[in-house]
Amino acid sequence: MNWLTNFVRPKIRALVGNDVPDNLWEKCPKCEQMIFRKELEENLQVCPHCDNHMRLNVNSRIKSLFDDGDFTKIKYKSSVNDPLKFKDSKRYSDRLKAARENTKENDAVVVGYGRIGGQKVVAVFFLFEFMGGSMGVAVGEAIIAGAEYAVSKGYSFLVVPCSGGARMQEGIFSLMQMPRTVAAITRVKEAELPYIVLLTNPTTGGVSASFAMLGDIHIAEPGALIAFTGPRVIEGTIREKLPEGFQLSEYLLEHGMVDMVVHRKELKMKIANILSILTHKKATSNQE
Amino acid sequence: MIILDFERPIFELDSKIKELKNLNTGDLSIIDEIKRLENKQKKLLKNIYNELTPWQKVLVARHQERPKTSDYVRALIENFVPLAGDRLFGNDQAIIAGIGKFRGMSVAILGHEKGKDTQDRIKHNFGMPHPEGYRKAYRIMDIADKFDLPLLTFIDTAGAYPGVGAEERGQAEAIAKCIERSLQFKKPIIATIIGEGGSGGAVALAVANTILMLEHSIYSVISPEGCASILYRSSDMAQEAAEALKLTAQDLMQFRMIDDVIEEPLGGAHRDPTSVMKSVGDRIRIALANASSISSPKEHRREKFLEFCRNYELNG
Repeated sequence: MNWLTNFVRPKIRALVGNDVPDNLWEKCPKCEQMIFRKELEENLQVCPHCDNHMRLNVNSRIKSLFDDGDFTKIKYKSSVNDPLKFKDSKRYSDRLKAARENTKENDAVVVGYGRIGGQKVVAVFFLFEFMGGSMGVAVGEAIIAGAEYAVSKGYSFLVVPCSGGARMQEGIFSLMQMPRTVAAITRVKEAELPYIVLLTNPTTGGVSASFAMLGDIHIAEPGALIAFTGPRVIEGTIREKLPEGFQLSEYLLEHGMVDMVVHRKELKMKIANILSILTHKKATSNQE
Repeated sequence: MIILDFERPIFELDSKIKELKNLNTGDLSIIDEIKRLENKQKKLLKNIYNELTPWQKVLVARHQERPKTSDYVRALIENFVPLAGDRLFGNDQAIIAGIGKFRGMSVAILGHEKGKDTQDRIKHNFGMPHPEGYRKAYRIMDIADKFDLPLLTFIDTAGAYPGVGAEERGQAEAIAKCIERSLQFKKPIIATIIGEGGSGGAVALAVANTILMLEHSIYSVISPEGCASILYRSSDMAQEAAEALKLTAQDLMQFRMIDDVIEEPLGGAHRDPTSVMKSVGDRIRIALANASSISSPKEHRREKFLEFCRNYELNG
């Protein structure tokens, strides 16, 4: 199969036509093998050679998890825009505008609901391409809105962080999203609804130190960086080389911080199975 | 004695006055001169301290001689019983914990401790907790909840410690759990930011019904130095970052993220620790009295935080 994909297919493609776009191939940053882009997409951005999990965009992720790709978005609104009137080398308001134009999203998350293996789930997905998936007021409001919707409907709650942490440009406002999001998920837990966190690369800072580390069940994608302080800052502080694999999913599994490390292709089945076991009471009461 | 750069003119006058006083002559002209200098010094203090830049406030907030959590405990808590350990790994000295009497009322106490002299600072890891510190904190919250004790917290940390051991033992999870536990706490929590409120490591102890803040203390998502090196790509830009982050007590009051600013004596808390500790005690007492009329401090706390950042408009 590898021989086919690696050698035969490209040759056939080369013969078929010359109108091929430049970005037909992608190099895996880990094993440095060339991958046929279409194959990479079909493989959910996982390298077919070395299983390296690359970043998957939110739409593809939704398609890969939700039954028939059906997902109804929930609207959320930020109560503030640039509360500090922050400016470094660029104005924060300009950065926001650019990110909105590039991503066609209002902020760094998408919230909505649908079914995973028949189970009703409200999900929050982080967009890394929107300012590093950083958490400001809008992200906080989105998680609160999602959690409230889950509680009102009795749905399970899934969060898929992909974030460097708090959004510095919102200062204390972003810091306050830590207790705010925790308050929101506390209510999901008290309603005895499953709260699952799917940790993807990266999950660090104020995001990992709040709602992301409080799931009933923590699932991590292979090789994801999951940390409070990122490796570069630690290296800078202690001036020592860090052990290999430090702060990656497998390391966290070994240290008891996640329940499992799951290949992207198996995530849907795994989540569906977990939810069907956890929501057994509801299933029986529905049958009655 | 540690003297901050902008305080130097004040200390120069200080020593001049001292010199003159040491002359100890009954000479009226010298007495007049002392009076004149004392007035001048007061004016100077007022001028400097009324117009501290955000960066200068950062320096005052971090001042080594500023009263620390242990000072507040000594000044405000009778029959203090220190409690140690998380029952899992160790006893993190960066967070002080215990129970005692505050003006006759049984309370639990938690606070970051930066330490006094060099040795003491090393012992307390400069107030930067490891996961076991936060796990000790929520163990204390369990005890306090069980015995109906309100919780007083004192915030003074540059942040949670960034190290291999801390990461290995789950720094993120420990902070998250501490926040979660605070939101489940039944009795009132009164938090006072006495120096530096640095990032998630500070928030973990600051999810309170009433949040008080000393006049020259700071509270921020990241240190000005950290912000400068990430956003401005140069740690030399810390002063600019301190301005941009809006981290002073006055900013936070305007943002309605805190409930009250406690005035410091002229020249900062380090110039008169006794009086500042007394006013902190008085304000905590008022906050506790007010909180006693809240039917569910737990719900109040959750609602308070959920309402943060909403219905907010910046004046001007």
